[in-house]
Amino acid sequence: MFGGASSFSGKVDAVFLYIAALTIAFLVFITFVMIYLVIRYRRGKGGKAQDIHGHLLLELVWTGIPLVLFLTMFYYGWTNYRYLREVPRDAMVVQVTARQWAWSFTYPNGRQTSELYVALGRPVRLDLKSLDVLHGFYVPAFRVKADVVPGKNNYTWFQAEQLGDFDIECTVMCGVNHSYMLSKVHVIAEQDFSAWYFGDSDVPVLSQAGPAGAPDPARGERIFKLKGCVACHSTDGSKLVGPTWKGLFGSQVTVLTDGKEVTLTADDDYIARSIHHPPKEVVKGFAPQMPKADLSDRDVADLVAYIKFLP
Amino acid sequence: MSTAAESPTSEPSFYERKGIASWLLTTDHKRIGILYLGSMMTFFLVGMTFGVFMRLEQLTMGPTIMKPTTYNALFTLHGVMMIFLFVIPGLSAVFGNFFLPIMIGAKDVAFPRLNLLSWYLFMSGAAVSLSSLFTGSGPPDTGWSFYVPYSLRTRTNVTMAVFGVFLIGFSSIITGLNFITTMHRLRTKGMNWMRMPLFPWALYATAWVQVLATPILGITLLLVMLERLFHLGIFDPSIGGDPILYQHLFWTYSHPAVYIMILPAMGAISEIIPTFAHRTIFGYKAIVLSSMGIAAIGSLVWAHHMFTSGMSEVAIVVFSLLTFLVAIPSAIKVFNWVATLYKGSVELRSPMLFALAFIFLFSIGGLTGLFQGALAINVHIHDTYFIVGHFHYVMFGGTGFAFFAALHYWYPKMFGRMYSERTAIVAFVLIFIGFNLLYFTFLVLGLQGMPRRYYDHLPRFHTGHIWATIGSWIMVAGLLLMVINLVRGLFRKTTIPANPWGGVTLEWTVSSPPPTENFDVLPVISEPAYTFNPVTKEPA
Repeated sequence: MFGGASSFSGKVDAVFLYIAALTIAFLVFITFVMIYLVIRYRRGKGGKAQDIHGHLLLELVWTGIPLVLFLTMFYYGWTNYRYLREVPRDAMVVQVTARQWAWSFTYPNGRQTSELYVALGRPVRLDLKSLDVLHGFYVPAFRVKADVVPGKNNYTWFQAEQLGDFDIECTVMCGVNHSYMLSKVHVIAEQDFSAWYFGDSDVPVLSQAGPAGAPDPARGERIFKLKGCVACHSTDGSKLVGPTWKGLFGSQVTVLTDGKEVTLTADDDYIARSIHHPPKEVVKGFAPQMPKADLSDRDVADLVAYIKFLP
Repeated sequence: MSTAAESPTSEPSFYERKGIASWLLTTDHKRIGILYLGSMMTFFLVGMTFGVFMRLEQLTMGPTIMKPTTYNALFTLHGVMMIFLFVIPGLSAVFGNFFLPIMIGAKDVAFPRLNLLSWYLFMSGAAVSLSSLFTGSGPPDTGWSFYVPYSLRTRTNVTMAVFGVFLIGFSSIITGLNFITTMHRLRTKGMNWMRMPLFPWALYATAWVQVLATPILGITLLLVMLERLFHLGIFDPSIGGDPILYQHLFWTYSHPAVYIMILPAMGAISEIIPTFAHRTIFGYKAIVLSSMGIAAIGSLVWAHHMFTSGMSEVAIVVFSLLTFLVAIPSAIKVFNWVATLYKGSVELRSPMLFALAFIFLFSIGGLTGLFQGALAINVHIHDTYFIVGHFHYVMFGGTGFAFFAALHYWYPKMFGRMYSERTAIVAFVLIFIGFNLLYFTFLVLGLQGMPRRYYDHLPRFHTGHIWATIGSWIMVAGLLLMVINLVRGLFRKTTIPANPWGGVTLEWTVSSPPPTENFDVLPVISEPAYTFNPVTKEPA
């Protein structure tokens, strides 16, 4: 759990470690003493039991020491929490709208998304609004959570410190599909964010691969939906304008290249070629009408990963 | 402890009268205790079954054996049944009813008929709540906390469930009132407050919380019903209400309710440990004071359930501080129980094993509470499996284990029969291992960010869910073995002496099971409670 994905995570984890160290020490101590006493004074060992009624000094000691320790825990927890309530002035304000059972994010320039894109190292203030019932906005990796209360303007903020994709989960029971009210925060480099924010591409184009490096089928799926592939290609086997993607990867396809029929295996290369140069190889039985999409190499790699992921 | 005749009476036992009517119309506190025991164990087993099905669903990702609607109903009903029908009445209703009058040397509670009424209210509340399963448009799916505005909008049968809980609340208030009066008016001669055993003391502290806090829940739930029926605009923000107000009102009762659940459990542990250590309790006064302290401070910490709800910053800091303070009396009790083993003569019978496991598990429950009290960590773990793990350690590892400890401890007295000690220990070991595998895994899952009340889970939580489900199987095997052992014991013909464990409180001076009137002659008390090894004064 100690990722440090946001500037707040470290502060939470520090308090966590402090309290964990003290409580584990206490638990081990009290358990050890208990087991020792049970063995040392077990019946039949010959010792005669004595009625010891108490010991005032001991009572004071074991009231006083926990009191002091508990107060340090309280204080440490409080001071680190205050960081979360003081939003930096230069924070970008994103309006988070929760409804049963989806999240939507509105940026200052009016851009709307269903997943949150933020720049690495830039503070983001989230103004939380609910259209129906209570929801909870939670990014575990950032250690950030706030209830989304209808009629109330709650807020929270974070500053992402790691590139990558992080889960957003709803934490307040909100109905049948509560557990599917999920989204993602995508932390991307500042220049990629700016290019996306001021550009007209729906999905940010990444100049460098994320920390994972490997093609990401989940991102591929988003591109599939956002870039309109979904209009002509199905993922359930049904035939639309274009061939279905279900079972596509690794299958034998017959294509028309320069008027000739060629049968080849649908591998990484073939799919990437078809996306980059749609009219070059057209699957037999389909019209050559697929437009060329504005996709980066990473986008294509992720799309291929998504197609591979399909059954 | 008493100067009354030590020989058990030859009066017939309180089971002597036969027939259904003799049970349903009884005003004998012991019979009412048995009625509560039977009904609550039934509810417990049903609630446990709901839990098992939830764990089965979580064994795999995606829909497996049920739909989300069913799952949401299951965790709601599991919560409602376990909380309102098992742990809240808990030790108070069963062992309090049975033993409180005997332990203070009384023939019955102050208002025996009111006592029977409270059982009937409890049962009708249970019946009404459970009828929500079969009436209207399906069982409630809000979680046991009935948070608005979802509980106002959902089409499921929330009104019925809430009305049932409303009725159960009255049962709780009446029992509390009855116990307070009983302790003030019916203590036998010589039993002043500071000679009263610790179980009655714990019931006394609990009863005040029941009387003072439960009406708030009653009114709040009534308002939810009215809001659902007439759209008053108290809680629903779309017509001018305030959902945070509901949370304050709900937790103003429901946090003190946590102490209604745990205080009698602590009282039972304070009885069991001296008996099996065969020496007096260490720090009697400290334990009494800490019970009252928990009841008082515990009533002032409710809003720590709401740190992320958007309360004022001042409220957040004050409630965090008070939360840390309420941990102190609990710590004092743990120290005193452990110190009671010192220079004792410790016998590890099954009630004692459950009691020692209680200390260990309750400590984990209390210590994990400290994490939540700390504001910075609370933001992370609130509404996750960490909370679920924490309160199962307190409510089940604490109250549940204490309930089982008390059941094994007082079983020979209540029934005049005996269970198999060996089977009891096997069951204990299974429950203990399964429990920790199940709920410790919950703590870990929560830290990883697994939210509570989720029908489905993300792949990264999958391993944890598998372990937890395996834990649930081990625990349930232990629980079933325990119940079978206790039921079988009822049919084993044996004669149980008045005092099988060598206890010194008054219930061990009457025969097993006790006669209808408890005592032939009311005992007169001349010593502090828990005098096991009286010091024989030697002439100077």
